[in-house]
Parts: sequence; C-alpha cells; structure tokens
Amino acid sequence: MSIIVSAIGQGLIWGIVGIGLFLTFRILDFPDMTVEGTFPMGAAACVAAIYHGFSPLTATLIAFGVGMIAGFVTGILYTKGKIPVLLAGILVMTAAYSVNFRIMDRANLSLFDKPSLLTGKFMDSLPNYFNSVVLGLIFVTVVSLLIIYFLQTNLGQAFIATGDNPTMARSLGISTDAMQIMGLSVSNGLIALGGALVAQNNGFADVNMGIGVIVVALASIIIGEVVFGDLTMNERLIAVTIGSILYRFVILIVLKLGFNANDLNLISAIVLALFMMFPVFEKRFRIRQTLSRGLSKHD
Amino acid sequence: MTEPIFELKDIVVTVNQGTPEQINIMDHVNFAIYPGDFITILGSNGAGKSTLFNVIGGNIRVTSGQILLHNRDITNMSVERRTRFLSRVFQDPKMGTAPRMTVSENLLLSMKRGQHRGLGPRGLKQNMAQFKELTSVMNNGLEDRLNTATGKLSGGQRQALSFLMATIKRPEILLLDEHTAALDPQTSQELMNATNNQITTNHLTCLMITHHLDDALKYGNRLIVLDHGKITYDISGSEKDHLTKEELLGFFNEIES
Repeated sequence: MSIIVSAIGQGLIWGIVGIGLFLTFRILDFPDMTVEGTFPMGAAACVAAIYHGFSPLTATLIAFGVGMIAGFVTGILYTKGKIPVLLAGILVMTAAYSVNFRIMDRANLSLFDKPSLLTGKFMDSLPNYFNSVVLGLIFVTVVSLLIIYFLQTNLGQAFIATGDNPTMARSLGISTDAMQIMGLSVSNGLIALGGALVAQNNGFADVNMGIGVIVVALASIIIGEVVFGDLTMNERLIAVTIGSILYRFVILIVLKLGFNANDLNLISAIVLALFMMFPVFEKRFRIRQTLSRGLSKHD
Repeated sequence: MTEPIFELKDIVVTVNQGTPEQINIMDHVNFAIYPGDFITILGSNGAGKSTLFNVIGGNIRVTSGQILLHNRDITNMSVERRTRFLSRVFQDPKMGTAPRMTVSENLLLSMKRGQHRGLGPRGLKQNMAQFKELTSVMNNGLEDRLNTATGKLSGGQRQALSFLMATIKRPEILLLDEHTAALDPQTSQELMNATNNQITTNHLTCLMITHHLDDALKYGNRLIVLDHGKITYDISGSEKDHLTKEELLGFFNEIES
C-alpha cells in the first residue's frame, strides 16, 4: 500500500516537470535539453538555500528563479545568438553541471535533519508517504491552474500561436522572440521547481540527478496523450500529471519484476519508445478498434 | 492632391553584395500609395513582386533608400511594429493561420494585430456572435466551423479566414500576395469576389499581386507592372479602365523581347 502511495506522490511532483516540458516540447515545438541541467540546478539551489538558513518555501521559490534564469539564457542563445535550439539547450545543460557543483560546493548535499516542505507539524502527522502526496497535489494544482489561466489570456494565446505558426504570429505583430524566451524561462523555472521538490522528497540533491529527466517528463506527456487521445488544451495539461502517475506505476511494476534502480533509465527509455510508437502499432494492429470491440456488448 | 499614405523613395535592395552574382532585386524604386488605392501588381517570376511586399512589410532590409509612412521615416521599423498599420495574406493557405487553434481563436488573435497583449482574459465568448456574423459574409460554411481547428479546414476556407483575419482590424494598407492562387478555379473566383466586395465597400487601401491578367484588369483602380526590380508600368483611373488585355499582353511581350 505504502509503495503505491509513494508512487502517487512522486507522480504528482514529477507532474510539474512534465507540465514544464509541455510548454516547450508541445506548445513551442522545441526539443529543449536545458531541462537536464535545470532539474538538478533547482535541486541544488533549494538544498543549498535551506542549508544557508532560508525557509523551505523560500528555497523552493529560489530554485524556480534559478531555473528561469537558465531557461532565459537558452532563449537568448536561440533567438538573439541564432544557435539552433537543440544545441543552445545542450550548451546550457553542460554549463549547468559546473554551476550546480558551485552552488553546492560538492557533488551531492543531504538535507539530514534540516527542515523541508515535507516536514513540520502537519506533514509529520500524516501517515507514511502521504506528505509527498499532499505536497505534490498542492503544487501541481497551483501550477496547473496558473498555466491554464495564462493560456487563456491574450498573452497566452500569442504564446500558443508562436508555437503553432511563427510566420503568422509575426504578421499579427506578436514578438515571437519574446514569446520563445518567455516559454523557455517559465518552462525551466517549473522544471527547477520540480527538481527542488524531488530533492526535498528524496532528502538530498546530486549533480547527476538530471540524467534522464527529459525522458521521464516526455513519458508523462506521451502516456497522457496515448491514454486519453483527443483533448482540449486544458485537459491535456491535466493529462500530463495523470500520465506522470501512470508512468510511476509502470516503473513500480517493472521494479517488482526484479529489475533494480540502476536499470531505471533503460526502462524509462523503453517505456517512452513503446508509447511513442503507439500510433504505428495502432494503425497496424487496430488496437483501439479491438479494444472497443472487446468492451461493447453487441459484438 | 491628396497626401500619400506610404512612400518608397529610391529603394535599392542588393543581394550577393561583393560577389560576381551581385544583383539589385529592387532597383531604385519610387512608389507612392494613396488612400483608397486598390493596386493590382503584375510581373513575371523574379520580377520583384514578393521583394516589394517584403520591403513594405519589413521582412527585407533595404540596401539604400527611404520608406515613409505619413511622411514619417520608418525605414528601419521592425516587422512586428509595422503590423500596427499593415496586414498581409499569404499565397500558401498554411502560412496565414495557426493550424491547431480554432477558427474563432485565430480571429481573436487577429483582432489584436499590432497591439499589446497582456495577462487579461482573452474574452473569446463575448466575441462569438461577431465572429459568426463576420464569417457568414464569406458564404463558404466557415460560420459553422468556428470551433474547428483551422488545420482541418479546406484550403479555400483557410484563405477566406486569412483574409478576414487581415481585415478584421482595419489595416491602413492590406497586402494580398496571390492569395487565391493555390485554390481551384471555382473557389478562387468566389474568394476573389468576396475580396473585391470587402475592399470596395470598406474603402480599404490594398496591394494585390496576381498572375491573372484578367483579374489585374478587372479589379482595382491602379495597375503596376514590375520587371527586373523596377516598376516599368504604372497606370490608374480611367486610363486603366480603358486598358485592354491585348494592350497589356503586348506590353508583356515587349518586356520579354
């Protein structure tokens, strides 16, 4: 039971990372590699800030700000420096590795008995692992609502249009450069925020914890899309978090089969590849039709 | 004499500068647009029709010369800023609309052309009635597809939508870049009629590139012909009304020879 609760908690927290990536990967149509650097950067900044005596909430917000700065740099390199976005992201990701060392002054930093958003009177009164569920639920709800509101504003619509058709967006007077920089900043801010929460949940930050993050976040997005099919923009955002929780269950099952934690990146990649190939399988084997036939009474 | 809205003064655009292939794709062009002008533009491939639009729209930097809007120098104004007075319909139906956004969302975007876009709610519902009325003018079923993603529309519907988006907020200058060329003859004719209706009833100032001599003669009050980056022919008013296809064809043969 507790293992399932833990998976849900992790799924909710990682949902924030998925939503962050959704902004660039799905809306702007960018393969943004910066995330592999900003995720551990958020973790490092948060844990280091707690060490320096900041409150856990302040530390978490600092992580968000630090992530935004990294995303902003990628945005400037891409829009003003004319570096392809994939390479701009890889550059910032690589640089972030060194920065993260500097932030923590070492390769990893443990929270030990320091306070975090998962400690405190109320959190400690909850049954095991429920604190991560509560924390994840609060953050993912707030983030989802803010993004949903934003996407329905005039600025948000301009942001979506930029990803959909940049030529048209410019012809309507939308500064596509500004939209892309904004998208990369907010996206990486959210991913660093996710990193900060994961670090508090795990009790430590590590410079290597960013490896594979993009695959996990993509898996959340794609699983959500494959499971729910055609959705509106708002529903798609929520589907990301549900996809993130489902992904945790898949991992849970795989670990039960006898694989260990070191196999996780391999398994993540395979899970993502399978889900991404789903449309091909679907066409070939008519999966959806077979499924719906199996479920209807009359056939 | 009325003041021109917009002027090009001695515009030169040189490409491949400093190489043996150096060429002026816009060669000392002087051109003024007056309020209410509906100018049709003819020219063979590579004559500089698209370059002219790109110079007006700010997509191409001019090598030398001056661009004036109401006598104000805007030579170095960005594409985004120019959309405050300028709108454009592209030839390719894919270029003018956001495919994953709905028809009404696209229209809403175009209502704020060239304006600040802030964090206020977009207000889609309040505008639906207006959008329905507006799209029904095009007579092609667009009004029943307001909540459809534009990627699922036919080419003709998309171009009609692009045209509405370009005119929903009245532009001082409207650029039509062969906006009916990618459509079948029937649809093309319908869109052309609708275009002409809108332009004449709303007294829009418009430049239209076309490949059809008939359209160039039939529509508008002024006709220009471009060749090798120069305006070689500029005719308006009653002179244009009396111009025949044969005369125009003869003129084209002169260029070719």
